[in-house]
Amino acid sequence: MSTPEHTEHSEHSEYIDVETGKMGMWLFLFTELFLFGGLFIVYAVMRARYGEDFHHAALELNAFIGATNTVVLLVSSMTVAMSLTAIQKSQKNLAVGLIFCTLLLAGVFMINKYFEYGHKFSLHLYPGSDVMRNLPKGEIMFFGLYFLMTGLHLFHVVVGGILLTIVMLRVKSGKINKEHFLLHENGALYWHLVDLIWIFLFPLLYLIT
Amino acid sequence: MEDHHDNHVTSYAQNFKILFVLLLLTISTILIIKLDLGPYTVAMALFLASVKTTIVLTYFMHLKGEKLILRLMVGGVFLLFAIIVIITFIDYYFRII
Repeated sequence: MSTPEHTEHSEHSEYIDVETGKMGMWLFLFTELFLFGGLFIVYAVMRARYGEDFHHAALELNAFIGATNTVVLLVSSMTVAMSLTAIQKSQKNLAVGLIFCTLLLAGVFMINKYFEYGHKFSLHLYPGSDVMRNLPKGEIMFFGLYFLMTGLHLFHVVVGGILLTIVMLRVKSGKINKEHFLLHENGALYWHLVDLIWIFLFPLLYLIT
Repeated sequence: MEDHHDNHVTSYAQNFKILFVLLLLTISTILIIKLDLGPYTVAMALFLASVKTTIVLTYFMHLKGEKLILRLMVGGVFLLFAIIVIITFIDYYFRII
């Protein structure tokens, strides 16, 4: 590992080991990969078993909203990557602005999800409803996985949003700067993970009908 | 000490190019599924998603400029996941109930 760096700016000295801090974040991301990976395996096996039902159920999803959200997340991934470039170039205001853009896009994603879930609820398609209980077994499985996977992903969007808000405030106050931006880097890594998961969720749930 | 940070600052233009490629791949995914290649549709969609993942990992998540150990760890984890998927499907298809 690299030599721990000594912060001279804070009143009390503090050791920050950037390389280890980043590796810790990656280890956490690995656990996230297996959290969603497990669900993808359940999806794959159930799809192999109930192909017809999955086909019918997937037609119910709005591919347009799914595609819009894909674009929204990809653009937000770029803005957060750019904010890291900005902080490394000491362009503080630009960095704040770019993180703010990312947060706005996260908001757009959540609004889209609100309408999408709202539509499902108006059709009484939610786990435990009478309509859903009477569907074929495979369709119940599909909608169950749909709500679980997109819901868990949505939770990650919310957490990522909170994390990036903290990063934005710290960039604003100067706590995160050209020399010290480990939290910014790790926040960005988390946000990219949210994007990565959606890259797989989108074709598997919305497109392959 | 800090120089490893400055080594790999991705330029704004580069970030934008990566986004452009990712959007192109997304459009290709949608088109390929609309074309319907029969049994190969899912395989193609997953392949394109993997390409996108690799691009995000390499450029947006800056693995390109990271230490070898971290790149090996990430590669190893994906390999482990692939093995788990394969074993699950071997179990699923060859299980005698």
